[in-house]
Amino acid sequence: MKTPLDQLKPNEFDEQKAKHLLLRSGFGGTDRQIKAITNLGLEGAVDYIIDYDKLTDKEPIRGDEFDPDIMRPATRSERQSMRQARQSGDETLLEELRQERQRRQRADRKQIEEMERWWFKRIVETPKPFQEKMTLFWHGHFATGYRAIENSYHMFLQNNMFREHALGNFKEDLVRGIIHDPAMIKYLNNDQNRKSSPNENLARELMELFTLGEGEGYTEDDIKEGARALTGYNIEDDEFAFRANLHDTGTKTIFGRRGTYDGDDFVDLIFTRKPVSTYVIEKLYRFFVNDLPHGPTKSSKAFVNQLGNLFKRRDWELKPIMRALFMSEHFYAPENMNSIIKSPLQLIVQAVRTLNTPNRSKIIQTLVVASDLMGQRLFAPPSVKGWDSGRSWINTSTMFARQNTILYLLTGLRPDGYGWEADQSPFNAMSLVEDPEGEPRDIAKQLMSSVLAVDQPNKDRLSSLTDFLTTQNNQINNQTITGVLTLITAMPEYQLC
Amino acid sequence: MSDHHHDHDHHCESTGNGETYSRRLFMQQGMAFLSMATTVPMFMQQSAKGIMLPVGSLVTSQAGIPEDRVLVVIQLAGGNDGLNTIVPFESDAYFSSRPQIAIGKPGSTRQAGGAALELPNQESFGLHPNLTGLRELIDRGHASIIQGVGYPNPNRSHFTSTDIWHTGKTSAQGYGWLGRYFDNTCAGAPSHNQKGSIAIGNKAPLALYGKTQKAVNFETEELFKWAGTNASNALEDSYDEINRAESLDGVEKDSQLDFLVRTALDAQVSSDRIRAAVSKRPLVSYPNSKLAQQLQLIASMVRADLPTRVYYASLGGFDTHANQIGSHANLMRQLGDSLLAFQNDLAKQGNTGKVTTMVFSEFGRRVAQNGSSGTDHGTAAPMFVIGEHVSPGLIGEHPSLKKLDQGDLMFSTDFREVYTSVLSDWMGADAKDILGKSYRNADIFKKSLNT
Repeated sequence: MKTPLDQLKPNEFDEQKAKHLLLRSGFGGTDRQIKAITNLGLEGAVDYIIDYDKLTDKEPIRGDEFDPDIMRPATRSERQSMRQARQSGDETLLEELRQERQRRQRADRKQIEEMERWWFKRIVETPKPFQEKMTLFWHGHFATGYRAIENSYHMFLQNNMFREHALGNFKEDLVRGIIHDPAMIKYLNNDQNRKSSPNENLARELMELFTLGEGEGYTEDDIKEGARALTGYNIEDDEFAFRANLHDTGTKTIFGRRGTYDGDDFVDLIFTRKPVSTYVIEKLYRFFVNDLPHGPTKSSKAFVNQLGNLFKRRDWELKPIMRALFMSEHFYAPENMNSIIKSPLQLIVQAVRTLNTPNRSKIIQTLVVASDLMGQRLFAPPSVKGWDSGRSWINTSTMFARQNTILYLLTGLRPDGYGWEADQSPFNAMSLVEDPEGEPRDIAKQLMSSVLAVDQPNKDRLSSLTDFLTTQNNQINNQTITGVLTLITAMPEYQLC
Repeated sequence: MSDHHHDHDHHCESTGNGETYSRRLFMQQGMAFLSMATTVPMFMQQSAKGIMLPVGSLVTSQAGIPEDRVLVVIQLAGGNDGLNTIVPFESDAYFSSRPQIAIGKPGSTRQAGGAALELPNQESFGLHPNLTGLRELIDRGHASIIQGVGYPNPNRSHFTSTDIWHTGKTSAQGYGWLGRYFDNTCAGAPSHNQKGSIAIGNKAPLALYGKTQKAVNFETEELFKWAGTNASNALEDSYDEINRAESLDGVEKDSQLDFLVRTALDAQVSSDRIRAAVSKRPLVSYPNSKLAQQLQLIASMVRADLPTRVYYASLGGFDTHANQIGSHANLMRQLGDSLLAFQNDLAKQGNTGKVTTMVFSEFGRRVAQNGSSGTDHGTAAPMFVIGEHVSPGLIGEHPSLKKLDQGDLMFSTDFREVYTSVLSDWMGADAKDILGKSYRNADIFKKSLNT
């Protein structure tokens, strides 16, 4: 009997499916990479992608990439002199302190911009794209924005936590990790969650957005009681600190059970609730399999449920889940191929990694800006809900921003008005052509299949390309092929992966 | 800080097929269709094209309020110094707090900041000397100044306070207030073309960001098009074929690709219309300033009868921490003159009655100047609302300079009272539904507006 998690038959794993696997688990591959992955076979390919720990990092994270002290709390003596200045009305000193604070904030904003570029570059260059993609997934899932916390180093620590545990244990590493995470504690005001005046923000989102889903398996009372359990989960400089004096040691009733719970007990209790097995799985499904523009389907529900069962059986380990997902027949079903609207990051990084676009001047900064114009800025998700994704990425202005960004990557032509540097570095378009001596139509067809990940290019589209080549007297050279590529990447279907 | 829980979930037909200009329809009906689009309410267009909407999916606007009213929002980014905008020249505390940067009473020559402009029927307050443009609008009865606008527990971070103003929530979290307006009323559907809102700038502001409503934005009209023809004109025909196709063989209706094909066509049509609109010479001359350029773009789109209901512009540079006299004066000149040119343009177009403009800043500045002849982040500040239907002159109370909260002004009007007035009286929407709470109406419009 067929079940939703049935594996793809090994002999069905062809280049098309290998390409799909590379696109979804990372940011796509070049023709050579696709062939290499195909040759590994389904299991070998999935292992290669998932067991990324076996690969050598291009740049291992050392931890000292950024200055941890820009926004450090005031020292005791600094606090003292501030108090004295205020008491004595020493305007000059107060003014100095104000300016010092502003200087630090400016420096910190600079540092978060550096971090944006650092992470973006990492995503572009990593030999372990799946790790970065999972890190990006967790950033959107446990969304925290720099603007609200104004501490770049906390964002860096959180980012490293997501990367380290990208494929770890959802319950023990990630959910438990997030209630101990300085950035999240600040973002959801748990530093203000005290026995005397509880703040429910973290307790609420912990269930609603991180584990169970809105209104699923908890009540408003559970939020209140959960908030009491989380009191005292605070921060000290760059580290988690449990403040016993702020913690409510009394008995709480959560999900009908009574105990003197703390935040960690609260996490344990959450993982006894039914929706916990499918909530994050459905989000993974939308991120990796199909973004479900019309909501869950019969087959998506069946798949998510089955994967949820496995998730629970494997004690919330993520690796077996992602392995089962990438091995499944369902993942490669025709309705799931080319069904996801690329996020801005996906669009840009995929183009850079697969089209071999040149390394233009200040390219990373340009790409960071471009992604922002399209609605995705690292370390700045629009709210704790993360990015809405799917069709919300696309409107008439982001459509042009998307087309023009790829145009810039290919040609170095700066769209009028963007502060990007025009760049003459040549793009070797011909490197994407398999048979430069072939018929123009065949070349156009091959480029469409290769760039769009489609088996059979649409005839109308193909004739638009050959029409252009005709105006170029059917010459096949770097310039005309670049032209063809600007057209292919301006096709609405290029927004899908 | 998260507070997205109370956003209402009205399901508008945001990406419905009925709203796409199909190429064939566009060609057949041409301008007739386009001009119809500007006057016929959305739901009628939809039914005219035989599109059935799910029952209850469309919350229509309030009866009797025209559908073609336009709101222009201008943000003065950085925190405008309210006390040097509306000057309390009878207050000793004002002068003693600002020895180097105060503006004197009308006619005075003793203050570094010059002499305030008189305001009709006001003995204690005047305008910044460079706000001559605004003064003229006040004389016409087309400008109202709401004094002391702010909110409880003021936040002095640019980011957070901006987000508070944009979301209308002190949590600073959730969708934008105008985005929610479109989500709720469906007046701006569909989400992905120019009907809802247009922001002039490289990013759409949070205020316009709704669950289904995403604003269109562009810095100049040249960015609202594909730049590939700069590489080679020979690409144009093929690009047009690709992006103006109304459908593609074998593509299922409302599939992802169908959605993208339709949005691509929308983008082309919107781009054509917007660029055609702004290519016309304006009816008046505008000053040469950033804000004026933005308002000129907006006026040209209003003139072309685009169905857009909300436009957004912004002017930066208000974060005047040091030596502010000159820089603030330049900004005031720019603001007043741009507003006047914009209103004059609308008047020549015959559109004065159709457009209301609201000006705000994320906060005012501290009462006392700082050590560098500037001012630091403060709290309450005045807002301006411009248009034929506003209740002219000063509204609300000027905050006291004696009763301060840690050196800051205490607000007298909550900004959401102003939003309430704009939403319910001008936009014809249920303000409570959108703001999540009932606020007093700041009554910035004449009583005659909706009668």
